[in-house]
Amino acid sequence: MYTEAMRQSIKILEGTRAFRKTQELGLMSPDEKAQLLRDHHPDYKGEQQRELRVGPSRGDRAPHEIADLIEARSLVDPEDFDLSRIDHDVDVLVVGGGGAGGAAALLARESGASVLLATKLRFGDANTMMAQGGIQAADKSHDSPSIHYLDVIGGGGFHNDPALVRALVIDAPKVIGWLEEMGVMFDKEPDGTMVTIHGGGTSRKRMHSARDYSGGDIMKVIRDEVLNQDIEVIEFSPVVELLTDGKGRCTGAILYNMETQEYSIVRAKATVIATGGAGRLHVQGFPTTNHYGATADGLVLAYRAGCELAFMDTIQYHPTGAAYPEQIVGQLVTEKVRGLGAQLVNGEGNRFVYELETRDAESAAIIRECTERNLGVVTPSGMRGVWLDSPLIEEIHGSGTIQRLLPAMYRQYERFEIDMTADPILVYPTQHYQNGGIVIDDQGASQIEGLYVAGEVAGGVHGRNRLMGNSLLDIVVFGRRAGAAAALRAKETVPGELGLDHVRRYHEELEKNGVETTRRAPMLLPDYRPDELKSHLITIGS
Amino acid sequence: MEDENVTIYIMGKRYEVPTSLTIMKAMEHAGYRLVRGCGCRGGFCGACGTVYRTKDDYKLKVGLACQTVVEDGMHLTQIPFYPANKAEYDIEELDANIAAVLKQYPEVARCVSCNTCTKICPQDIQVMDYVQAALRGDIAKAADISFDCLMCGLCASRCPAEIVQYYVGVLCRRLYARDIAPRAQHLADRVAEVESGKFDEEIAALMGAGEKDLRKRYNERDIEPK
Ligand SMILES: Cc1cc2nc3c(=O)[nH]c(=O)nc-3n(C[C@H](O)[C@H](O)[C@H](O)COP(=O)(O)OP(=O)(O)OC[C@H]3O[C@@H](n4cnc5c(N)ncnc54)[C@H](O)[C@@H]3O)c2cc1C
Ligand code: FES
Repeated sequence: MYTEAMRQSIKILEGTRAFRKTQELGLMSPDEKAQLLRDHHPDYKGEQQRELRVGPSRGDRAPHEIADLIEARSLVDPEDFDLSRIDHDVDVLVVGGGGAGGAAALLARESGASVLLATKLRFGDANTMMAQGGIQAADKSHDSPSIHYLDVIGGGGFHNDPALVRALVIDAPKVIGWLEEMGVMFDKEPDGTMVTIHGGGTSRKRMHSARDYSGGDIMKVIRDEVLNQDIEVIEFSPVVELLTDGKGRCTGAILYNMETQEYSIVRAKATVIATGGAGRLHVQGFPTTNHYGATADGLVLAYRAGCELAFMDTIQYHPTGAAYPEQIVGQLVTEKVRGLGAQLVNGEGNRFVYELETRDAESAAIIRECTERNLGVVTPSGMRGVWLDSPLIEEIHGSGTIQRLLPAMYRQYERFEIDMTADPILVYPTQHYQNGGIVIDDQGASQIEGLYVAGEVAGGVHGRNRLMGNSLLDIVVFGRRAGAAAALRAKETVPGELGLDHVRRYHEELEKNGVETTRRAPMLLPDYRPDELKSHLITIGS
Repeated sequence: MEDENVTIYIMGKRYEVPTSLTIMKAMEHAGYRLVRGCGCRGGFCGACGTVYRTKDDYKLKVGLACQTVVEDGMHLTQIPFYPANKAEYDIEELDANIAAVLKQYPEVARCVSCNTCTKICPQDIQVMDYVQAALRGDIAKAADISFDCLMCGLCASRCPAEIVQYYVGVLCRRLYARDIAPRAQHLADRVAEVESGKFDEEIAALMGAGEKDLRKRYNERDIEPK
């Protein structure tokens, strides 16, 4: 399915393959890397961000796309909203049906709480389901949680919250054991030893996988287990606002049935926000790997209720998003492809960066290749990318390796008549992960009483840059911790008053700080209908 | 090439859409704001099962809306949900054998080997083979073959024996991983070491270290060879 021009470029790449195969490229020096990031990483484009004008993190910088949602009014009117009918009265409300939400629900239930899990799409329609590469844990004898700690904090630019990193690495082996016990099919040697490989920024091979549906298998097992337990699950019912009592504590939430448009009130002694990331905001116009519901809802809700945000000025772009064919632009080409030996190659057939640098550096290097150096490969739609020389994997590890270890990737391309075992694939960075998020402590507690936060929506664990495999780990570690902590709180508290004072105050603050806007948030779903169609709509009713 | 249009029929209604689009993007182009039938948008979640017919072909075809490109004359509808009963079980009480499967999903025994499930699977999984493997008590094989299942439900929608194949698959995979696959001894050992507090001091030292010291250690750390 490649065009003639692209075929020519592949010829050049094939010509250098034998040389490249034995070519040694080293890591960049810290200075080189810093310079590269400053010059070419999207986070460093000052005009693409602004200072937040309201809320607890006022003055912090965030991309315009996120700031627009933060500097917005609630979907509900606090002056005229009936909260008198309580539809669900529970100990713990879990918001979000991904891996973090599922793990939180299981632990809360195990701790004896009554649990309601409300989610926006189907349970499991989430970024967790899409993770292919794997999950980190230091469980081999030549590795240790302390070595893992150093990798995490170095990868995060030494900005990570140490207590959160400790929780992450120290819980990691236990969490893998928990998943193994529940029935996740980790890749193993015949004697049971976990198959582990490197990922960007790891100093030990500690990436565990379940073929290349790692997150998928984890999600399916967690979901199956939640459905086996006495946990109520409500789908297509996102939370649109939190509820607080007179003292600013979180006491529940408002659910919105997207199909009937009816709202319902949940009273909960503790609430866990696990709403995931923000890829669907398409920061700076980048395509994204994320699922349809990744619209930063939890971030907006918790911020309005008074929680600080950390590191909102940094977004992780995955270096290898598909750049061709058009139908899958932005979708992930898992890092495992590089882990297995595929090289990044420019239009002249040359390598330009060591393949296991951290993601921010890899992305910046690819952007540099396609912009400043103008050595990218152009697609029919005008997009630029660089080659990822996947056939090398078969040369290094034997033919059949790709289909065996990367069946999802192989299938993805085969659907569009590209055989990645024989031809390279074209890649360009894509919006992938929200590095920052809501500030939490090592039990998953937010700064607001009664409100817990876990997973991609939280910030601090990964500092300014997350390493592959630490997010699947993060969501299970902190999902479990937050679920247990929420259940514990539920035991010690009585149900609170339900109110919207925090919304009223937030609206006042918007006005006081000169943010005049009709924007309303959370966004819930992106709208991909064409503009000319949206300008011809009739809305029925009020 | 972007300019050309094709005609498609969404639930019988005619729309002109650009040729290169997936069914999902074509529906959005036509004006649908999807709530159901759209999850990951990347072929991983199974939210977007779609059935369609193409011009001059009697065959009923299926695909994932996010992964299938439109064709001129295509008639389509999404099947984002199909009723299915999931058995509720205590996984710890089940052994990896045929009895466990039949107890939870007795209808598996009704399989008539018609292979309709395999033919319909958008992931090209040998669905009937794994159902048959489960029925023989070969849980390992059922787990292996069903592994790539997205649980989109299209198989169950066409099964004359009314089996819910994808729930049988997930049950077999969990049973296999728990009971048949050998456990990782090094993992259990490490968990015990962590619990004994073996790493507490080292980590406390790292937590207390200044940024300069951490940077030095990080930059000098040894990296396991590929
Ligand atoms: C393509 C891809 C590949 C990845 N690969 C890896 C990998 O190999 N290793 C790794 O460690 N990490 C990987 N990641 C990152 C990792 O998968 C995610 O960061 C992680 O799974 C997030 O989990 P979560 O539970 O926090 O969020 P999600 O899994 O996204 O779940 C959030 C859930 O909340 C729901 N929700 C959103 N808003 C609301 C609302 N208002 N009300 C109710 N519910 C709501 C969403 O619909 C969703 O179901 C990958 C991510 C992607 C996208
Ligand atoms: S939307 Fe997830 S498979 Fe198509």
